[in-house]
Amino acid sequence: MNGKIQNLIRDITGKGAVSTDASVKGAIACEVEKTAFSQAARILKEAGFRLMAEWASDETFFGRGYAVYAAYNDGSDYLVIKSALPPGEPSFPTLTRHFQGAYRLERQIDSLFGLTPAGHPDLRPWIKHEDWPAEAYPLRKSFAASTAMPRVEREYKWAKASGEGVFEIPVGPVHAGIIEPGHFRFQAVGEDIINLETRLGYVHKGIEKRFESLSWDEAARLSGRVSGDSTVAHAVAFCMAAEEASGCVPTDRARYLRAVMIERERIANHLGDIGAICNDTAFAFLHYQFSILREKVLRTNLRIFGHRLMMDRVVLGGVSADITGEGVAAVLAELNEVSGEFERLVRIYEDSPSLEDRVFGTGVLTPEAANALGVVGFVARSSGQKLDARLQNPFPPYDRFVPRVPLLRSGDVHARAWVRIEEVRDSFRLVKEMLGELPGGPLASEWVRPLPEQSGFSVVEGWRGEIVYWVQCAPDRGINRCMVRDPSSMNWLALEQAVRGNIVPDFPLCNKSFNQSYSGHDL
Amino acid sequence: MLKIFHQIFRTGIVTEPLDPAEEAKVTLTGSALEEEVKKRFGGSVTIRLVDAGSCNACELEISAINNPIYDCERFGIHFAASPRFADLLLVTGPVSRNMEIALRRTYDAMPSPKLVVAVGDCGYNGGVFGCSYASLGGVGNVLPVDAYIHGCPPAPSRILNGILKAIRKI
Ligand code: SF4
Repeated sequence: MNGKIQNLIRDITGKGAVSTDASVKGAIACEVEKTAFSQAARILKEAGFRLMAEWASDETFFGRGYAVYAAYNDGSDYLVIKSALPPGEPSFPTLTRHFQGAYRLERQIDSLFGLTPAGHPDLRPWIKHEDWPAEAYPLRKSFAASTAMPRVEREYKWAKASGEGVFEIPVGPVHAGIIEPGHFRFQAVGEDIINLETRLGYVHKGIEKRFESLSWDEAARLSGRVSGDSTVAHAVAFCMAAEEASGCVPTDRARYLRAVMIERERIANHLGDIGAICNDTAFAFLHYQFSILREKVLRTNLRIFGHRLMMDRVVLGGVSADITGEGVAAVLAELNEVSGEFERLVRIYEDSPSLEDRVFGTGVLTPEAANALGVVGFVARSSGQKLDARLQNPFPPYDRFVPRVPLLRSGDVHARAWVRIEEVRDSFRLVKEMLGELPGGPLASEWVRPLPEQSGFSVVEGWRGEIVYWVQCAPDRGINRCMVRDPSSMNWLALEQAVRGNIVPDFPLCNKSFNQSYSGHDL
Repeated sequence: MLKIFHQIFRTGIVTEPLDPAEEAKVTLTGSALEEEVKKRFGGSVTIRLVDAGSCNACELEISAINNPIYDCERFGIHFAASPRFADLLLVTGPVSRNMEIALRRTYDAMPSPKLVVAVGDCGYNGGVFGCSYASLGGVGNVLPVDAYIHGCPPAPSRILNGILKAIRKI
């Protein structure tokens, strides 16, 4: 722990003594009184930290009540602040006045745990739809996962706009394309969007609750299905958190192969999405061309790793799929072919005035808004925020293979597409370099379950951005709580800001350029 | 423009014949009237997709059947934005409690006769998500299902085979 952090913790705890919580691995953790929970947020904000995640845990099985946690990052260290809530006091001070990003995270805690963030400006339920019974708090230990949920009559109070010529456009949950469900409500004047409110939660399928009933191995499989397009990154994040908690150290070869798969997942998703952005400008040609490249990458995945999306290839302690010398040669040959084609397509992208016309200046997320909302991933990097888990606290092999992270400030659709173009190029390079120095040795270390009450914190930069996990081991050495924070949970709010003042027909394009996960958000 | 033409000629035709090996991974429940389906949908079928709670990987592979390599349109298959024009409802995921009503309403909005095809292990029995307060399990628990396409996620060639099998084209 460096001196800066030590001083901060001293400020926060206020007693002179540093009270750290050694049960949390993978981050510097300290426990504070409930009243200091939001003071800590203020002190950390002043010290240049951002809020990464906020969550609660039911610690009844350890003979305690509930606890709330918040994780912060200052560009290098991860700091977790915990507050135990005294019995009979199901509330905690809100962090929203210091960090806007806490807004929905706390509504979620309120909805699923029944713990009230005191002072929060908007306590409408989140994820929990209005037709759930009010007293249903699924993440409490007293709530059985199989509880039947009758529907009750209640209404969701939407933000309203009024005035001459203002009208509302409700869209969803079922959308026109082959995409996930969510509800968007626009207030518009003519074609101009004056406000957008999203409501999500449609694909909430009880993932966090389900983790608590699974064995560690099954849980790793489940983490690979939190958001299927990021199956590798989520599984790595879960396994790293579990490994932190247990002290299990994955083998070197496994670490390299995990990183190779993370980068290949980035390439495949970026290829698909860059094409899809072009498609939303009615430039179908590039869409089809990029989809051919994506298909090539997925086919190589199938041949080398045995699954097109590389699901279930990351396991506790390591990986389950190896790569042979021939496999390495096949991947390198594919990279050469795909990267050559890719550059040709990028030149066409650059040369198309009609595309340019649609993507430049559309859906702008200003650097100030990005910073205030605490967005992550390529969305942050397109709006001037230099955030990347591969840089801020690099886990091996990213300590040796340093990503060249692109940074743009314009925050428009083009910036989000262009950052991803640059990232594809860099991932081609990283995969080549990592495979060139792939260490030998076994694929996985022996997995041992963590000891009761130990918890692990992990952060992985998936293609969408920073994925955060926190896993806490139960008294029976199963899982007591698994917190999942997909990058989408931080970025959905940014979409609402970015579309203001744009025209309604540009919404699909803006939305595509963010491409947030509904499943990863709704859990 | 020249670059585009050049790229079109470089690419050529990439569409592949359908891989018949995948057919076995599809279960027909036999609830559709064979002759009726053949007569009505023999030439083409219009699909409405509803993600009823999937992890989104099934959507990725369904999207892929539209790419030039699988090119579903050559079999007369295409996706519609509205259920009012659809013959076949493709459903992914376990049915989440929060999507149940939207799924039923989409089904009701489709003209009869209509087919329901569930994609993925989740659509079959809830998959890794199972049944819980938030998940109603397989699509069969909510709608009459005519065919299940197994896999997690099923590959595009299997999805394409499954749809063709459901409309009795193969
Ligand atoms: S079947 Fe597999 S890929 Fe499809 S939605 Fe379920 S978990 Fe995701």
